Amino acid sequence: MKPSVRPPRSTQPSDGRQTVLVTGVCGRLGKRLVRALHRNVNVVGVDRRPFADKPKDVVHEQLDMRRKKLKDVFRNFKIDAVVHLGIMHDPRASAAEHHSWNVAGFSKLLDYVSQFSVPKLVVLSSANAYGPQPGNAQFLTEDSPLLGGQNFSDIRDLIEVDMLAQSFFWKVPSTETVVLRPVHIVGTVRNAASNFLRLSTIPTVMGFDPMVQIIHEDDVVQSIVHALAPNKRGVFNLAGTEPLPLSRLVALTGKPTVSIPYAIAAPVLRQMWNFRLTTFPAPELDHIRFVCMVDDRRSRDELDFHPKHEAKDCVASLSSGKW
Amino acid sequence: MATTSNFTSALARVSSFAKAAPFFKNRASKAAELAVDETLERLLGESYAARVARMPLHLGDAGVDPFGFDPQFAKYALLWVAWMHRKYFRSEVFGIENVPKGAMLLISNHSGQVPIDGMMIGASMFMDAEPPRIVRAMVEKWASTLPFISLFFSRVGQVTGVPENARRLLEQGEALLVFPEGSRGISKPFDQRYQLTEFGLGFMRLAMETNTPIVPVAIVGAEEQFISIANVERLAKLLRMPAFPIIPQWFIPGGQFPLPTRYRIYFGKPLTFTGDADEEDGAIEERVQSVKQTIQSMLNRGTKERKHIFW
Repeated sequence: MKPSVRPPRSTQPSDGRQTVLVTGVCGRLGKRLVRALHRNVNVVGVDRRPFADKPKDVVHEQLDMRRKKLKDVFRNFKIDAVVHLGIMHDPRASAAEHHSWNVAGFSKLLDYVSQFSVPKLVVLSSANAYGPQPGNAQFLTEDSPLLGGQNFSDIRDLIEVDMLAQSFFWKVPSTETVVLRPVHIVGTVRNAASNFLRLSTIPTVMGFDPMVQIIHEDDVVQSIVHALAPNKRGVFNLAGTEPLPLSRLVALTGKPTVSIPYAIAAPVLRQMWNFRLTTFPAPELDHIRFVCMVDDRRSRDELDFHPKHEAKDCVASLSSGKW
Repeated sequence: MATTSNFTSALARVSSFAKAAPFFKNRASKAAELAVDETLERLLGESYAARVARMPLHLGDAGVDPFGFDPQFAKYALLWVAWMHRKYFRSEVFGIENVPKGAMLLISNHSGQVPIDGMMIGASMFMDAEPPRIVRAMVEKWASTLPFISLFFSRVGQVTGVPENARRLLEQGEALLVFPEGSRGISKPFDQRYQLTEFGLGFMRLAMETNTPIVPVAIVGAEEQFISIANVERLAKLLRMPAFPIIPQWFIPGGQFPLPTRYRIYFGKPLTFTGDADEEDGAIEERVQSVKQTIQSMLNRGTKERKHIFW
């Protein structure tokens, strides 16, 4: 698969700084990562969305990752690291679109990373790939099987992304591949966990109060910065705050709660989903029933990453104004 | 989204009826808490908080440990257990001074149809041992799917029964309770009382792997709390239950309570086993047999020593 002739790499001024390619750069996490990186490294962003308030020294390529144009980015810049944040998780999007974006798009990216011998690849997966299960160990290690798709088939392509990254780790040893599996990211980001905590009345499942871990978005950004350091490779869980019961987390938001028996909550949520009254698919109820916590000793020891934010900081930044 | 929030806030309004009249509720709950504290203080001989303060715990900022143990919640459960331990079963505890300081595996006989024996070991370790210890037992995975029950187990310090949890707890220096007989032991009919059934091997591998001392425990008195005349295995299999004991007293009004036998709990000297935890079953079996014999002889001594089942 190696190209016969190495394409010229000229566009970037050779100022000795590293160049980092960030996919999905226009997401809220992507923008925060760019802010953390752009003073020290050259950042090339790739996203199909426009990057309205981008810092001046950042190059943004507005393109679809599945297109050939992505290869031009690798041709034109000497990329030293790729951070893959461009993962689609929109439960309303069709399964075909999901699959082609997440799996086909990512495979393309992996091809280019190996073709152009990029020395570093960081992939943001999720601890939810393990899935909340009644038989889960209290703290899952990186070796635990990824069973998240067992009861929630819509996230199978996200697990496939994690698997692809893992196999790439072995297939292309010249690239240092890092897979990060953070627990629920909470902050200004628009994911299920943050949206759940933003509800005006927070529903819980009656008789269940699992221990949860959350991680502040800025801690995730910092973990990516740590992962970009040389000689770091492997799969790392990111645990964020110390574990606390879900009820305590909800109490931190100061919002009213309502507890609903599972036998009612599941069919009601399923119907609400069908009628497009909610953004939460019914299988996500398992996250507020069962534990899905991770053991982050490896990221503390090997990545030297220590999360700084507490649960109350995460909750406080849920509604804090601009990204 | 708007409809969702309307819907949920309507539900919240309904459930807030329960929270109506906060004045009376606060009064009542404060009075109840005071009563609980006083009763516990009488049973423990000191305040609950003082006892908890001496326990080796790993509480987070939320006052809950990583496995979900919450001393404030456990207080209410302990009230009943402490009362059973001191007043109902009037347990006599022997050899509690043998209990080591750090991590340990408590290996006990299992009996009495309903697992009250585990609760009494827990009560004894909290009320009689110094420093007080919380006993962790491994709960069947299926229990975590049950509302309220899963929550209760987790808040009183019990954990889901997977080997990773056991290893982590021992690394953390906790006391882990294991009944190697499992349901074979607890559902023995009355004519087989105080005869140990087959022991599983898992606990021995765990002890060897983590270098944890084993504390043999024998409980005398639980076998007579519910008298089972037979265990109908066919029916148990049909109903997918671990056992189907026939307990005549359950058909008499009041017989649903255990008989007020006198419990005798014997803690033996810690045993340590060394070697390769991945050895073949035969080699592990030998070591397990030695633990089993120790517990059996403690049981024999206990049944011989007691003058009566009820006092």
